[in-house]
This record gives sequence, structure tokens and C-alpha cells, in this order.
Amino acid sequence: MAERRGKGAGEARSDPRGKSGMLRVKMVLLGSSGVGKSSLALRFSKDDFKDSAPTVGCAYLTQLVCLHDATLRFEIWDTAGQEKYHSVTPLYYRGAQAALIVYDISNRESFMRAQLWLKELEKQYVPGETVVGLVANKSDLSSSRQVSLQEGRSLAENKGLLFMETSAKSGNQVSELLLDIAHRVKLSSREDKGLAEWREADCVDMHREGRPRPLSSCCLTIGL
Amino acid sequence: MEADVHNTNAPVENGSLAPVDRLRHERSDSPTPGLVEGTEPGAGQDSAMFVHAQSFEDLTADDGEQEQELSEEGTDGTLETQEQESGESRDGGGESGEAQDTQAEEEQEDEEAQSSGGRDKEEDVTSEAWRRHRKHVFVLSEAGKPIYSRYGTEEALSSTMGVMMALVSFVEAEKNVIRSIHAEDYKVVFLRKSPLVLVGVSRTRQSERELTRELLYIYYQIISLLTLTQLNHIFQHKQNYDLRRLLAGSEHLTDNLLRLLDRDPGLLLSAVTCLPLPSSSRDVISSSLQAAKAKSLVFSILLAGNRLVTLVRKKDQFLHHMDLHLLFNLVGSSSSFREGEGWTPICLPKFNTAGFFHAHISYLEPASDLCLILVSTDREDFFNLSDCKRRFLERLRRRSAYQALQEALRTPSYSVSQVGIAELRHFVYKSKSSGLYTSPEIPIPYQSEEEQERLMGLYQYLHSCMHHPTRPLRSIYRCGERENLLAWVTSGFELYLCFSPLGTKEQAMAAISKLLKWIRKEEDRLFILSPQTY
Repeated sequence: MAERRGKGAGEARSDPRGKSGMLRVKMVLLGSSGVGKSSLALRFSKDDFKDSAPTVGCAYLTQLVCLHDATLRFEIWDTAGQEKYHSVTPLYYRGAQAALIVYDISNRESFMRAQLWLKELEKQYVPGETVVGLVANKSDLSSSRQVSLQEGRSLAENKGLLFMETSAKSGNQVSELLLDIAHRVKLSSREDKGLAEWREADCVDMHREGRPRPLSSCCLTIGL
Repeated sequence: MEADVHNTNAPVENGSLAPVDRLRHERSDSPTPGLVEGTEPGAGQDSAMFVHAQSFEDLTADDGEQEQELSEEGTDGTLETQEQESGESRDGGGESGEAQDTQAEEEQEDEEAQSSGGRDKEEDVTSEAWRRHRKHVFVLSEAGKPIYSRYGTEEALSSTMGVMMALVSFVEAEKNVIRSIHAEDYKVVFLRKSPLVLVGVSRTRQSERELTRELLYIYYQIISLLTLTQLNHIFQHKQNYDLRRLLAGSEHLTDNLLRLLDRDPGLLLSAVTCLPLPSSSRDVISSSLQAAKAKSLVFSILLAGNRLVTLVRKKDQFLHHMDLHLLFNLVGSSSSFREGEGWTPICLPKFNTAGFFHAHISYLEPASDLCLILVSTDREDFFNLSDCKRRFLERLRRRSAYQALQEALRTPSYSVSQVGIAELRHFVYKSKSSGLYTSPEIPIPYQSEEEQERLMGLYQYLHSCMHHPTRPLRSIYRCGERENLLAWVTSGFELYLCFSPLGTKEQAMAAISKLLKWIRKEEDRLFILSPQTY
């Protein structure tokens, strides 16, 4: 854990080149309105916090995370929690290597919604292919807590998800969360390396999204 | 008007109709107030950028049939429908009537600071302060379910909205349509846009017609989030659906739009203002934007705050002002585009009420006011458009025009003193053929929020006189205690001037041609004269 902390998200930005190339990681943030998805995304990418208006549609941010043997380029899709945008949300979690389902510990309803999101997501992914995290946000509001730490944790354990209680406002545990995901994505990508046919599918997938990007030359498209 | 006429009056999807090319290619050298459209200062040279309309009436033609009928100002307590039942009008009047003894006209509204996106919905709807708001707006479903209220929570107002729906239904049962109720200082305006009903309660001096137009904006705001097709679909399946579920998180867009309607002359005039910029720089920016195209792109729009820098459109596709204003409002009221690249479905209702476009919205640089909106037809095209933006920015940065643009951002407006007309405080000039307007910065006496809204109120008043449905005027001069006003409308332009109260009518009349000459001299900078297409 100490090693992880030392390579916090903020620091990672300064070193764009990993030793073994760069992994591109599509990560999507899901959850009901007002749980702090955009604030988490802002912490991830700029280590900043601002009061924000509800997200319109979807926001796209990127962040580099350096692990000791690789650099991951997180492409973060911060979706709007509002119901009217739900019809387009599958666009964003399709083909994602990581998905974070976020709820607000001071809002029971958001925890229930998180479980619905999980069900929705389970329809789309093959377990083990996507790193799914359950994020209990707003830990700074523990005085008005409505969802206990244990409840969140046991849900995550049952489903085999990564679990973390964070505060996007204070920044508590946010970079740890990102590093944890980075490690797991890295790990699962390594496991998949032998499976050539999967990689191929992923390459096509990347191509479909058609992106001549400056970084693409050094990108090793290893998928899951 | 027949009772059911407005129901058959589906939104005209004329967004893709090419404008009638009536632009004159010869630009006259010394403009005179008799100018025809297409040669007035600020008129575009080749083709228009926007959906072309000959008049304000065309631009708001959606409820045109209704407007034709709005002939006479109602007297106090008169319910303005075709065949009147006076007993009922008292009911309607009484609703707002209890608050009418408050006459402090200029009182500061206790409007919360909206910049953070928070809104104070907890307001007590039985309080005097709530009643005193200058303009209320309510949106409800045909089942009488509350959808939106500008002030106070919808729950607290459900019975009030029930009464509103009862009024609408009661009059409709008689094969008639309720349009407005006039009670002392108050106007209650109804706009029926199935499956929604919009109600405005105002004690401003705006005409009923202006208020109806504002409600229409709110209606389109809702459509832009959902599309009319979806909206109809929802209510066909479940008449008593609570639409707030779908609009949750978007109330601030409507709040902000209402604030723009109170303050932005562009929404009043159906026009857009530009960032003053040398035309050579603007052309370079336009061509850079033009070069960064993609197959699915329909419109590329570069904004600086609420000013247009340039707009490139697909050939034969035209944007409507209302749609552009809705985009302005979306960008202006959402902070999220600053942090990353936004990607959102949006319906441009004047273009097509049935489907979504997908807009890529991003600021060119984190701290910059320059916001690029790329409107695409393909919802999977995010990375393509993101690349368009990158290419545009790369190309632009290599050019000196980028410095000129940064320079221009530092002075996004100009002072009226540059015009050099004594006693002239402020003006708004709209070129009809280009759909663009120019206006100097708000001068000192009007800089406070209330004063700015008061000035806008005066322009609104002039505007409603000029565009009166039965007695439209060509010009009006009005002396007031605090300022003198002059409005002048020709087939080519609309001009609204505000003078100090010391000015004379002769000075004001002389100011028109002087001002037009100045605008002609500056038109390269103030207007977009050569709009681009892909």
C-alpha cells in the first residue's frame, strides 16, 4: 500500500512513459444523480474539488497513472446520473475495462440505485473481464450516514467487487482507489495476454472508435 | 380563433429550409434609415447563417395563429377568450390578485446566486416574498401534474397548478382556448403545447405576446432535453406521469434561461451578438474550423462567453436562433464542460423536434472563455469530434489570428462613447438579414442588476410596440424622467436607442444616421459578414 500511495495520481501526470508501454483503460463512472461522480472524476484527473452543477450528458477526462512497470492512460467517462440520459449510458460502459458504481453514504436511495446499476452492468459484462468497483462516496458526511460501511463492503464481497469508501471533497482515498483499479486492470490484462482472440476483438473495438491520437504510437492495446 | 386550432398546430420543422436568398450583393456606401434588407450595416455577404426569416413574426411563427388573435389588451379582470364568462375570470384573477397590493416595482428579487447551480427551492409559497416575484413560470402536464415552477417546490404548488389546469380545461370544454387573464398589474398567460401546459404570471410591462414567446422558449428548453417524440410517447402511455423524474437535474437550465430572457437582448430580438474581432482574424478562425470537419458534423460553433466568434454549418443546413440560444444556455449554465470534454444528446427543436443531435462541448483551454460546440448526427462519433477539436486548435495556434482572438477576449465589448454621439447612453442594433445584433456595454447608470433589467424592460416595451400584432409601428420616441428612448424599424434593421433625459428629439433623430454610419464603418469587426459552410 505504501508503494501505491507514493505513486499518487497527481504525481503520475509528470511521467507519461511507462517502461512497458502504455495501457489504455476505458473507465466509466455510474450511479444516481448527485452522488459525486463528477467530483470523483475531477479528483482523478486534476486532484481538485469544485461544487458542480449536474452533468449534462457525459464528460470525458483522461489521467495517466504510473505503476512501477507500466503506465496506464485512464479514459474516464463520467456519465450523468439523471434518468433521461440512461438510454445513452450503455454507449459508455460498453467495452469498458473498469466501471465504478458510485453511491452516496448519506443517501440510502443512491445505494439501492447502485444495486440496480450493478444488475444492469452484469447483463453487459463477463465477470473477470471488467474491473468493477463499488465506491461509497462522501465519507466526509459520516455524521449523516445512511449506509453503513459493512453493508457496502458485504455487497461488494458478495459480488466480488473492489470496494472503497472515498471522499471526493476531501480527497480521502481517491488516489488509492484509482491506483487499486490500475493494479487490477494491469493484472487482468496480463492474465489475458495469452488469449489472442480476445486481444484481437479488442483491437477491432479500439479501431471502431477510430482515434488517431498523438499517444497511439506508444500505445500497446492490450485489452481484457 | 377556433378552440382547437392550436392543437393541430404542430411545431413547424422548417429548420432545414433554405433561406430565401434576397440578399443584395451591392452594399450601399452611405446607409440611410430607409435601407432595405440585405444592404443594412451588418448584413451578410453571401448567405445567411441562420434560418432566414423576414420578420420577428416569422421567427416566432409557431404560435402564429394564436398571436393573430391577440388583438386587444384586456382590461382588468377580463379573461381573454373568445366568448367570455366573467364569473370565472374573477377566480383566475383572484389567484394572483391577493398579492397585487405590493407595488414596489424595483424591489430586488431575492433570487439566489445561480452560478453554483444551487437553487433555493425551499421558498415558502404562501409567503409574501414568493408572491412578489416579478415573473412566475409554471409548467404542468395535461393531467395537472406539476413539472416545473420557477420559485418554490412543485409539490407545494400542486393545488395551484391543479387550479390552472382546471381553468384551461373549463374553457376548453366550451370549445375555446384560454390565453390570458388580466388582473390589475398582473398578467396570467397560458400556452398550451400538448402534452404540456405552460403558465406565466407576470407583473412586468411585457405584452401578453412577449410573455407567450418566453413560455415558448421554456417549452423548447424541455423539448431540447427530451424530444417531442419522447414526450408524446411518455404521456400517451401514462397520462399522469411525473415528468420531473426525467427533468431532474436540469431545472437550473430552465432557471438560467428565464434569467437570460430577463436580461439578454438577443432572446428578445431573435438575434445573436458577436465578439468584436477584425474580420481577417475571424476569417482565419472560420476557415480553421471549416477545415476540421467530420462526416457527421452539422454545425461547428465557437463561443466566447455568450458571444458568437464564428459558426460553420453544413451546406443547406441552417440553425435557428432559438436553437442557438438553447445551446448558449446549455453551455452557460453548466460548469461540467470546463473539466473535461462534454458529450451530450441534444434536440434542436426548431430544426427537428423528433430526434437528438449529439454535441461535443469543450473549452479550448482550461481557463479560457472560448467554448467549442460541435454538433453531430452520430452518437458514437465522440472520438472523431474530439479529434476535430484537436486539429482545429492545432491549426489555430499556428496562426497569428489566435493572438488577435486572445486580444479580443480582453475587450469583449465596446463603450458607447466610441460612437461619439452626445447624450446617447446605449443602443441595440439588429441586422435583420444576418440575424446578428450589436450593442455596447451597459453604461454606468444601468449596471446594477435591477437597472439592467429595467433597461431591458424598456426595450421589451419598445419591441412590443414595434411588433404589435395589429398596430405595428415604424418608429417611436418616448420621453421619460430617467431616459429618452427611440426605436426605429425598417425592412433591413431594428434599432433601439437610449438617451439621457437631457437629449432632444432632434438630437435623437440625427443620431440614427450617425450611428448607422458608425456601424457601417465598424461592421467588419462587429458582425460576421462571410459565414462559412463545410
